[in-house]
Formats: sequence, structure tokens, C-alpha cells
Amino acid sequence: MTYLAAHPARVAALAAAHLELVGVALAVALLIAVPLGLWAARRRNVAPWLLGALGAIYTIPSLALLAVLVEWFGLGFTPIFVALVVYAQFMLARNVVAGINGVDPAQVDAARGLGMSSPQVLLRVEFPQALPVLIGGVRIAAIAMISIATLGGYVGGVGLGVLIFNGLTLHQPQMIVAGSLAACALAIAVDATLRLAEAKTRPSTSSG
Amino acid sequence: MALNDLPAHVAQHLTLALCALAIALAAGLPLGIAATQSAGLRGVVLALAGVGRTLPSLAVLMLLLPWLGVGMTPAVIALALLAIPPIVISVDLGIRGVSRAAVDAATGMGMTSLQRFTRVVVPLALPVSFVGLRTATTETIASATLATFIGAGGLGDEIVRGLQTDDATLLFVAAALVAALALGADLALGAAARLMAENQ
Repeated sequence: MTYLAAHPARVAALAAAHLELVGVALAVALLIAVPLGLWAARRRNVAPWLLGALGAIYTIPSLALLAVLVEWFGLGFTPIFVALVVYAQFMLARNVVAGINGVDPAQVDAARGLGMSSPQVLLRVEFPQALPVLIGGVRIAAIAMISIATLGGYVGGVGLGVLIFNGLTLHQPQMIVAGSLAACALAIAVDATLRLAEAKTRPSTSSG
Repeated sequence: MALNDLPAHVAQHLTLALCALAIALAAGLPLGIAATQSAGLRGVVLALAGVGRTLPSLAVLMLLLPWLGVGMTPAVIALALLAIPPIVISVDLGIRGVSRAAVDAATGMGMTSLQRFTRVVVPLALPVSFVGLRTATTETIASATLATFIGAGGLGDEIVRGLQTDDATLLFVAAALVAALALGADLALGAAARLMAENQ
């Protein structure tokens, strides 16, 4: 705790960089996973294959994938960023498929009957109903990404992993503890925030 | 080329993962069962398990370092701590999913509570509870790669050495081996789950 008490600004700056890395990677991952998931949800024979392949990638241990990416892109920001985007695909695409498939078909039919076009049905009926499940996927992905991002410190990236790995190199246990505790706190805070968002978007069932 | 060290590192990796899983099962099973017996305990246990699921694995490995130092023991303890939450959550989920009617029928047939538990609750809860063991196993094999950073060996050693000496072959082979171990364990436990389902 002594390092944390002595250098709160440095720990906070690294936590902010950590969060920024995960946030940007998550945004890019969503830009890929949402269309991918929508496509798979429309084709029932595609979904198992796509999710199976993404699931297999997800099983590859992060340090192993990261090491291969370092061979490819060199040290720095790129390998950890690519690793984060790749890992998130499974959790995000899976929940997009589950969310869209979970929409009540009667409501989709009713919307079509009202004369809505396919994009209108998607935006006004399917997407709002799938949102809580999608946010659930975002939460699980964000937590996994915060964890994987700590390895960024090992491959010359940014974030709280820098404290952990510098602490290991310099034999500074307090630095390692500060980085680890901050990473745990960040994960717990993000989890709690997204759980709240998930609950807020879920249609209230308490009155019924 | 240092590929001849690989078998020893595979063995070390599996030892780390299996020891951690054995401890996690020994702690997680009774905890999960206990959680279903009391609402108060269940709240505490599941809240802790939920927090445990969110903690970064590297951070958990590192947090023990000031107290337990480096090596096999702290690595096994940290990996076990990480594997307990998925086991506890799925054991609780499995047992609570057992239908009231099945339990009542068993009571009606004159079974003692122990008989009811071993002959009715356990077989019915097993498929769901097994999912947690499967999750914990793949995650533990993956996280054991990080044990290298606290000097506990395993395939992480080879990946790190491949990176440091810029030995692409060693790096790819070691990375592929960890991935194969994790995927292999996942497929094997998936097949075991299907076999159990067919035999029921």
C-alpha cells in the first residue's frame, strides 16, 4: 500500500490509460461483432460455426496469442490492442446472436404488419429488446479485456500492467501490489457500472 | 534449439493446473453445496464468487507475492482461488435447478436426507454443475501460463524465453501447446458431459 499512498497520481494515470485502452478496443470490437452477430442471427446454419470458431480463438491463452502477435507487430500498443479486439469477438457476437434470437417473433410480425421496413424493425423493435443481453456481453467482454490488458505491461504497452511488470523487474513488491490492487478495483468498478446499465435497460417486470 | 525442454514444461504446466483444480474442487464443492442450504450464506458466497470472477488473473497471482513469495506454492494457491468461483456458482445453480417434485418424491419414498442427496440431487444437478468444472479447467490451464511471472514454471516459461531470445519457433510451438492443452481439455470435458447426458 505504500507505493499507492506515495504515488496516487501515477497509479491514477495508469488506470486511466488502462481504461482508455479497453474502451477504445471495446468500441472497435463492437463495430466488428455487432454486424457479425446480426449476420449470424439471420442465418441459423451460420451461427454455430461462427461462434464455434470464435470460441476456439477465445480458448487460446492470452499470453500465447499475445506472444504470437508480438512476433507479428513488434512490441508496443498494437499487439495488445489486436489481442483485446480478437478476444472480445466471442463474448460480443454470442450475445448479439442470443439477444436477437430472443426477440419475440410476434412483435417482429406486428411491426412488419404496421408497415415498418427491415431496418426500422431492427432499430425500433429488435435492437431495444436485445439491448440488455448485448450489454451483458459488453460487461463480460470488458472484464476479460481489463484482465488481458494487464499483460500489455509486458509487451511495452500502456496501463496498470506497467506497474506490475516494472515492479517485477525492479524487485519492488509494493509497486506490484499497487498495480494489482488498482487493476482489481478497476474491474470491480466497471462490472458494477455495466450491471447497473444492464438492469436499467431491462424492461421492468416488477409491476407485472 | 531448446525444444527438448518442452515435455518437462508441459508436465509442469499440467501439474500446476491439476493441483489448483483439485484444491478448487475440494473447496468449491462444499461451498457451493453449503450455499444452497442457507439464504444468508448463499448471499455472501455468491457475492464473493461474483467479485472473484471479475478479478484479473495476473493481479491475483501477483497479490500473493509479498506474503508467499515466488514459486509453485503461491502459483497453485492463486490458480485455485481463481478456479473456485466458477465451480461454486455452477454447483449452486445445478442444485437449485433440481425440481422440488423430484426431491419430494424421494422423501415420499422414505429416503433419508443423505440418500436423497446422493441418489436424487447429485445426479440431477451434475450436468449444470459440470459446466463450472469445464470453465474452471480451461481457464486454469490458460492462467497457468502466467505462473511463469512468479517463477512457477510451466509453458509460460517457454513463451517468455521465445520472446526474450526472439526464437519464433519456440514461441509458436509453446503457444500452440498451451492452446492445444486448453482446447483439448475443453473438448474432452464436453465429450464427458455428453456421455453423462446419454447415460442418464
